[in-house]
Amino acid sequence: MSQLASIWGELRRGSNTITLFVVVLFAATVLASLSNLLLPESSALHVSTYTITLLGKYLCYAMLALAVDVIWGYCGILSLGHGAFFALGGYAMGMYLMRQIGDRGVYGNPDLPDFMVFLNWDSLPWYWFGMDQFWFAMLMVGLVPGLLALVFGWLAFRSRVTGVYLSIITQALTYALMLAFFRNEMGFGGNNGLTDFKEIAGFDLSADNTRIGLFVITAMVLGVVFVTSQLIMRSRLGRVLVSIRDSEARARFLGYRTDHFKVWLFVYSALIAALAGALYVPQVGIINPGEFSPVNSIEIVVWVAVGGRGTLYGAVVGAILVSYAKTRFTSLVPESWIFMLGALFVFVTIFLPKGLAGLLKRRLQRDDNGDSNGSTETTTGEARA
Amino acid sequence: MKLNKVAAPDVSHKVILYIEALSVSFDGFKALNDLSLYINDGELRCLIGANGAGKTTLMDVITGKTRCDSGQVYFGQTVDLLKHDEAAIARLGIGRKFQKPTVFEALSVAENLELSLKTGKGVWFTLMARLDSEQRDRIDAVLATIGLSALRGRPAGVLSHGQKQWLEIGMLLVSDPRLMLIDEPVAGMTAQETEKTAELLTSLAGERTVVVVEHDMEFVRSIARTVTVLHQGSVLAEGTMDQVQNNPAVVEVYLGEEP
Amino acid sequence: MRTLLLLICCFVLPMAAAQQAPESPQASSSTNDTALPSLLLELTEANFRRMPSLVTEIEEVGGRTVLPLLTALQDGELYYQPGNRELVVRQESGGGRITVSDVFTGDVMDGIDTESLERVPINNRLRAVLQATIARILLFQGTDAEREQAARTMLSDLDEDNLAVLNEAIANEQVASVADMINVALAMNVLVTDAPQPERLAAVATLHGNLQGPVRNLLRSFLDDLGRNEQDPEVRAAMVSAMASIERKVRFYQLMEQAFYGLSLGSVLLLAAIGLAVTFGVMGVINMAHGEMLMLGAYTTYVVQLLMPEFINYSLWVAIPAAFMVSGLVGMFIQRFVIRYLNGRPLETLLATFGISLILQQAVRTIFSPLNRRVVSPDWMSGAWDINPVLSLTNNRLFILLFSIIVFVILLWILKKTSLGLQVRAVSQNRDMAKAMGIRTDWVDAMTFGLGSGIAGIAGVALSQLTNVGPNLGQDYIIDSFMVVVFGGVGNLWGTLVGAFSLGLANKFMEPMTGAVLAKIITLVFIILFIQVRPKGLFPQKGRAAE
Repeated sequence: MSQLASIWGELRRGSNTITLFVVVLFAATVLASLSNLLLPESSALHVSTYTITLLGKYLCYAMLALAVDVIWGYCGILSLGHGAFFALGGYAMGMYLMRQIGDRGVYGNPDLPDFMVFLNWDSLPWYWFGMDQFWFAMLMVGLVPGLLALVFGWLAFRSRVTGVYLSIITQALTYALMLAFFRNEMGFGGNNGLTDFKEIAGFDLSADNTRIGLFVITAMVLGVVFVTSQLIMRSRLGRVLVSIRDSEARARFLGYRTDHFKVWLFVYSALIAALAGALYVPQVGIINPGEFSPVNSIEIVVWVAVGGRGTLYGAVVGAILVSYAKTRFTSLVPESWIFMLGALFVFVTIFLPKGLAGLLKRRLQRDDNGDSNGSTETTTGEARA
Repeated sequence: MKLNKVAAPDVSHKVILYIEALSVSFDGFKALNDLSLYINDGELRCLIGANGAGKTTLMDVITGKTRCDSGQVYFGQTVDLLKHDEAAIARLGIGRKFQKPTVFEALSVAENLELSLKTGKGVWFTLMARLDSEQRDRIDAVLATIGLSALRGRPAGVLSHGQKQWLEIGMLLVSDPRLMLIDEPVAGMTAQETEKTAELLTSLAGERTVVVVEHDMEFVRSIARTVTVLHQGSVLAEGTMDQVQNNPAVVEVYLGEEP
Repeated sequence: MRTLLLLICCFVLPMAAAQQAPESPQASSSTNDTALPSLLLELTEANFRRMPSLVTEIEEVGGRTVLPLLTALQDGELYYQPGNRELVVRQESGGGRITVSDVFTGDVMDGIDTESLERVPINNRLRAVLQATIARILLFQGTDAEREQAARTMLSDLDEDNLAVLNEAIANEQVASVADMINVALAMNVLVTDAPQPERLAAVATLHGNLQGPVRNLLRSFLDDLGRNEQDPEVRAAMVSAMASIERKVRFYQLMEQAFYGLSLGSVLLLAAIGLAVTFGVMGVINMAHGEMLMLGAYTTYVVQLLMPEFINYSLWVAIPAAFMVSGLVGMFIQRFVIRYLNGRPLETLLATFGISLILQQAVRTIFSPLNRRVVSPDWMSGAWDINPVLSLTNNRLFILLFSIIVFVILLWILKKTSLGLQVRAVSQNRDMAKAMGIRTDWVDAMTFGLGSGIAGIAGVALSQLTNVGPNLGQDYIIDSFMVVVFGGVGNLWGTLVGAFSLGLANKFMEPMTGAVLAKIITLVFIILFIQVRPKGLFPQKGRAAE
């Protein structure tokens, strides 16, 4: 009980969320990794490699949720197409992994991935060149989604496309990309996508150590992204973003080029999503056009909504909780998950507009009313996106 | 610190705002009809007129919110305001207070003022920005002026309507504008507050140029040196309060007397 | 060609025969002729060597009246009852239902064991004979359309028999269009025989700009080095010009066809989008479950057809109001129990309605299975309107085009002329003011939502006639519909109309060059760019209220 109270105390002070988050994340990662490596499989506390991979997947989702929260929670930009950036990052990583297969594919062609051999292509398309170099592939992980976000954001925000218009256009973006990636002629494996990966940077992808390594890297990247985002939101830039969310016109009359802020934030968010996608692919072992589907993107939004937008830890918690629920329920009663997901949308928007974080905050405020002068959290007030 | 490079408006002819033959129409309705208006540097000007006379539309055009169909708006001798967007116009030193108070409710009172400071407004600048002592002092001074010192840490959303009005005025003050456009400053204020506002606005004039739109005639009388009456999108009369009140055209429009 | 002939025979002939019967006593007496029953009896036992001559004899005896018999034989639908050897027509409909009808009257005969029926056998040679025989009967005894059709059939089969028939027919033919067709056939014959140059030139002139497939093939073969390869330079030049004129026309009609498909797509988009335009225009919220309203309408059609399998032809007339009610009620339900509580929060509304769309899709998957369901088209919707050999417009698309316009006009009327419409417009322009004026905005919202969703339901009925009905049906249309509304300008129905048709046309004109997927992507990109120039669409609402 006293422990719980002290955690609440930390949260209440708000400014220490960063430390708390990093400590929890670090502890969980180390514990999970160690129990996998050191404890015997027979032990009750042993964490299987399957679970480690699952946790790694959740952390990628958490990062993705963070990306959406940064723009939606703090700047009121509801993107229904963030899965596109995630998938693009994933595809860039997938192309690298595909090239690493080399001549170990079914057709044994040292240069061409299997699906290209199958399509009777005789050479690599130009955009596959260089993808066998790790550094180049990592560059592309950021560059391609970042450029797309820059161009798209510049077009959309400059012409002041906001609200539901923007949401639908982002959905159209990911929908168009999905259609494109389903085509075999695009050279990304069509329907089946990219899969059958063997190794990453020389490490065997099926080895336990590699899996734990990827999991730890994911946790670290998530930590860095969380801290960076939290620092951005605490700076004056963060306050400008909130002012844009609450009244963009007013912010403009104060002299802020709100479109610039939105474009750069959008690019930042897209980069986080792309990074999450790149870390996701080696862990789950496949990337296909389904990742572009609008439903995937909107599922991210529900993670953030459940956790509580406008608080970064809320997005992370929401992503992990909902993904965990999905894993459990789809294995128990597959059909029921969609019903539950749908109901979750309706429930959260009507009864829990500030998510679990909002609920928590209300409890804390009831514990000691008044003493919130130092609070720099930004979810108070009538935040209407 | 790009902003410091923005040249002060050229007011060598004493006029800070030129509005010439301005017309704006919405779907055939002429909100502004061939309106011409000149505001002198350091002046305190009141705009009055019935609803729909075009007061707010005029402010919208000056601040870049609404595009006009024809006409010219110059800030000083050289700056063509029609070529700038809202943000650029704000950076030129034209501040505006809205009819309906719009403060950032999720941010604290002090943060609202911080965002309004006359300083860099770029993405990178705001990311790195920290308040220096001079800026802190300035915010403290404005907080004292608008009487919100005790509430500096509270979210602006919890303020009363009158307090929000003051915060808006404070946001305007802290941005140190050359030209202030103030839309209905005393709506929802008590008599004392109104008096205080009148005092404040009068003290501001001279150093800055202040244009006030107001319905409260008592208030206008208490502050105005020159009054401009708008009617159906153009200037109906201009002069001191007494001149305007005795102007037959104004009397006819306001009291509906037969010609 | 054959299906068309069959269609004519099935629908026109029985009626025509029935009407003609009292006027032409000799026709009815010839059926009574003793020769015919015995010939018909022979039909059930003759071998393939005897059949051709038997068919000719039947033609001579029966004339026009045996046409249904010959057509049935040609289509392999002629059967006989093993006992009394009476001939019947046995037809299998698309759903696998078997109907047996009288050969001459076409009346459905009940109580016949369909399994025991024996088929009158047919081979290719007989089929050719039948075709010529049927054409001959039609050419001399058919209506104008039938005669023209018969002559057209002969274009691709100019043997001596047919030529003789044609030469005979041209002498008596009074109707210009029929005579033209026969002349084309004769001109083609002139070209393939060794006629002198002037005659050949005249023949080419007759064929100038003719769109019939056989004419094109013939001319092409004359201009082909490996084909007939016309040697005479003058004739060859004439042929080149004739061919060029044909190809010009063909290109033109292909363009027309593309335009038709574009309009057709536009009509579907219009149906899908106007409901959205109403709800979005009035309430400023996007119902992401709008696509599922379409889907519900389509499934309603499916259920209605399941409930009345005997009356497929009338099922749509039941399905349209039913779909309107189903989708409309679901829409009102959504409005009352979800959207109302999210007033003023458009993004949350978007999310909540998306959740509802997931639930509705999954519900349909659970109830009807995730597989696509086929909705049967009524007879009057199937078939096509053949304008010429290269341009034919399918009836279902034509009807849906017409239907979308009708729905549009009705909606326009509702919004402009009824008190509901007045209130809807008032609320959409200034909600608070409307409330102050005593308009029950709550009620207006619910009605608007019901109306918009109901129209989506109707759109679903139309859609079920073009594509298979599945749980994902709506998803494909929500983005497109929204693009139409954005493109046209929110709050303006005319904008939606123009937006829908221009997007439909653009898509279909691009498709041949880029492929369907790329065309869709280009359209999306175009709209994103278009919003740069005109953020409020083609026909924006102006004024301060629109801010």
